[in-house]
Amino acid sequence: MKPNVVTLCAAAVAIALPFVLRALGLDFYLSLASRIVIYAIAATSLNLVLGYGGMVSFGHAAFVGLGAYVTAIMLSEGVTSGVLHLAATVAVTALAALVIGAISLRTRGVYFIMITLAFAQMLYYLANSVKGYGGDEGLTVRARSLFSFAGYVLDLKKPLAIYFVAVGVLALALVALARFAPSRFGRAVLALRDDDVRAEALGFATYRYKLVVFVVAGALGGVAGALSANLQGYVSPNLLHWTQSGTLMVMVILGGVATVWGGVLGAAVLLLLQEVLGAYTEHHEFWTGWVLLAVVLFARQGLAGLLARMRATRLS
Amino acid sequence: MAGVLVLEQALNGLQFGLMLFLLAAGLTLVFGVMDMINLAHGSLYMVGAFLAAWLVALTGSFVLGVVGAVALTGVFGMALEAGLLRTLYARDHLSQVLATFALILILNDGVKMIFGNDLPLSAPAALAGPVELLPGLQYPAYRLLILGVGLALALLLWLLVQKTRMGALVRAGASNREMATAMGTDIPRLFTVVFGIGAALCAVAGALLGPLLAVQVGMGENILILAFVVIVIGGIGSIRGALVGAILVGAIDTLGRTLLQHVLREFLPPQWASAAGPAIASIAVYVFMAIVLAIKPRGLFPARG
Repeated sequence: MKPNVVTLCAAAVAIALPFVLRALGLDFYLSLASRIVIYAIAATSLNLVLGYGGMVSFGHAAFVGLGAYVTAIMLSEGVTSGVLHLAATVAVTALAALVIGAISLRTRGVYFIMITLAFAQMLYYLANSVKGYGGDEGLTVRARSLFSFAGYVLDLKKPLAIYFVAVGVLALALVALARFAPSRFGRAVLALRDDDVRAEALGFATYRYKLVVFVVAGALGGVAGALSANLQGYVSPNLLHWTQSGTLMVMVILGGVATVWGGVLGAAVLLLLQEVLGAYTEHHEFWTGWVLLAVVLFARQGLAGLLARMRATRLS
Repeated sequence: MAGVLVLEQALNGLQFGLMLFLLAAGLTLVFGVMDMINLAHGSLYMVGAFLAAWLVALTGSFVLGVVGAVALTGVFGMALEAGLLRTLYARDHLSQVLATFALILILNDGVKMIFGNDLPLSAPAALAGPVELLPGLQYPAYRLLILGVGLALALLLWLLVQKTRMGALVRAGASNREMATAMGTDIPRLFTVVFGIGAALCAVAGALLGPLLAVQVGMGENILILAFVVIVIGGIGSIRGALVGAILVGAIDTLGRTLLQHVLREFLPPQWASAAGPAIASIAVYVFMAIVLAIKPRGLFPARG
């Protein structure tokens, strides 16, 4: 990826934001910023499956929730090593994505949507029933992940630490996504998204390609969940509810399917919209709904498409 | 004793299944004929329940309130179809998901603005007591009413779909929409009516289940997913499939919730049994769907030829 103006500006904003907020005395908003970044990671991971892979997964919250639970359970059992949390989260969510993907990818179209939803619902009810870890009331944890290296300890309890770790993960994910599309592997995935019969005829093992994408996205979603557990200090079955999967999907479609920035844009706009409208009315969902409807009807390729069109008109 | 319990729970399962069928009937037609994912279908169930609770309190009559709510929800459904959903049929599934998810937000919050977070709705006093069906089997009269209404509507819908001209057109649309349109069927107009009937059936389910569950914002979200499971099991676009799927899902869910706990108690400590029972019952429905799809990938009664 050649760093262009947009990328550099975004990086500068992300780095400067906490210090600007502190200077303005708006420290409170740092946790909102962290939440946006974490949702952006989750939405970006879904965009990989949904946009680039063409697999309409309606159960992505399963991986985010699972990652959050793995980290929260380890914390509640007294394991504080962030490296261990990360390793366990990636291992568990990748394995779950491998199993769910291996079964779900045998179906296609609407049935794929429904079966991924079904798996997420199973995990949702499972989380509801594990009384030892909070059951339907959820699990609150006091401790946070600690990363220690060379005598220096990074404690994710500190607002700045969780923010910059999340920004770092998001940056890595975006760079990887931008490099993925033009790569040989990425081109193969895009080819089978557009016409999987043709891709198969050309000799690509379509099933295996799709499964790899599904597993990578699941693990990245899990990392977003682990960060979310650290930010909130709380996990609950609601993280796995289908409306969460729906919200992530809405973010991706709102931002722009199969665009590098789509997930980030969608997460930022949806969460800011809720925050801003929430300041004026308790019925912010009502107005958010109308905005989303307007996007469906008038901005067909999402906000990324809208921005691209605006830039095109300005240049011409 | 055990026999009575099984019979009672079987009746409960059938009753829940019939209500699920009322929800699934409209959903499966919209999905099967228009290839449209309507996440807001559960919201119609909620709107119907709120209107019923409001009208029952207003008129003082349960029957009047429910009938009024069903009619109003039907009209609301038709307006929604003609005003918004119709433009979405030609769009891809993702746009439909975004738009109907937005509708859920609007309808949830809209209902909250008008009626508040929940409304009380209780069964009519005349049906409050139990009826002795068999010696030793006391069954609530109100649940019998739900069973009766559910069976009657299922029969009526079957007659409508199988024996009338409109039903034949709907079936033609479900099996091949392009061909039906080419043969001169005005599918869009037909569909406004079909959607209205589907919405009215949602309202019946919402109004009748209201006194048993609760009339509250968000009540449509969980039952919507069950309705999707029903139509996937039954075969998308098939009314017959929706009926069979609904009764199977209703039975698995209800029997799993109650009988399984009794069985589990034989092997597990009681607190484990009471925790595992509902979880296993909820999960069993989805496992059943996965098994059906593994054996018959297009559901039990695929509508498309």
